[in-house]
Amino acid sequence: MADPMRIRAQAAGDKTTVRVLMSHEMETGQRKDTAGKTIPAWFIQEVTARHNGKPVLTAEWGPSVAKNPFLQFTVKGAKAGDKIAITWKDNKGETRTDEATVS
Amino acid sequence: MLKRRDVLSRSGQLAVLMAGAGLLPLQAQAAWNAAAFEIKTMADLAKTLGASAPVESKDVVITGPDIAENGAVVPVGVSTTLSGVKKLMLLVEKNPSVLSASFDVTDAVDAAFTTRVKMGQSSNVMAVALMNDNRVLFSQKEVKVTLGGCGG
Repeated sequence: MADPMRIRAQAAGDKTTVRVLMSHEMETGQRKDTAGKTIPAWFIQEVTARHNGKPVLTAEWGPSVAKNPFLQFTVKGAKAGDKIAITWKDNKGETRTDEATVS
Repeated sequence: MLKRRDVLSRSGQLAVLMAGAGLLPLQAQAAWNAAAFEIKTMADLAKTLGASAPVESKDVVITGPDIAENGAVVPVGVSTTLSGVKKLMLLVEKNPSVLSASFDVTDAVDAAFTTRVKMGQSSNVMAVALMNDNRVLFSQKEVKVTLGGCGG
C-alpha cells in the first residue's frame, strides 16, 4: 500500500510554501520487464490541495512525472497553525490523503 | 501439498484479477483528461483545450537544469507573473506524450509550481499558460539528458 506523504508547509509573511513528497511508483506503461512484457501504467492522475478544508489547487498529472513525485507550491494567506491537506488519486483508483500543519 | 506449478498458475490468475481491478477504476474516472495526456504536440494540445494557437511569451517562466544527468528525475518549475491564468502546464517536447502535468491556478495559490519529470532524451521543456481569455502563452528551455529516464 501507499506510504504516507511527506509534507512541509512553512509560512513566510502572508504566504506559505508547501513541499510535498509522495511515495508512488509512477509507472509509465512504456517500460518492459525482463520477459518483454509491458509493465502496466500506474501513476498519479489527480492531486488536490486543501487549505483548512478549502480546495486551493488541483493538478492533473501524466505518467511522465518522476517516481516518488515532488511538488512545491505557494498558498496565499495561510498562516502558522493552518492545516494543509494533500490528496492524490492514481489510475487504479487508489487514493491517499495526508495533512500537515503550517509552521 | 503446494506444488511450484500450482503456485505459478495461481499467481498468474491473481495478476489477471489485479489487472481487471486496475482497469475498472480507470474507466470510471471521467474527470481526468485522458485525451490531453495522449497528445503529441503543443499545437494539438491547445486545440484540444479549445484555445488559440500558442504564442511565446517572456511572462511565462520555465526553470530547469541545462544538463540533467538522470532523465528519470529532472526538476522543473513553471511560473508566471501574469494575472488571469487558468492553467499552467508542463510539457516535455520529445516524450511519448508531451503533457506532463497541468495545474489549475486559483486565487489562493501563486502561479508557480515545481515538480520533477521524466525525460526520455534531450529535448525542450515548455511552460504553457492557458489564460482566462483562451490565449495560450509559452516559454521553453532546452534540457540535455545524459541518461534517459523512460525504460532502456
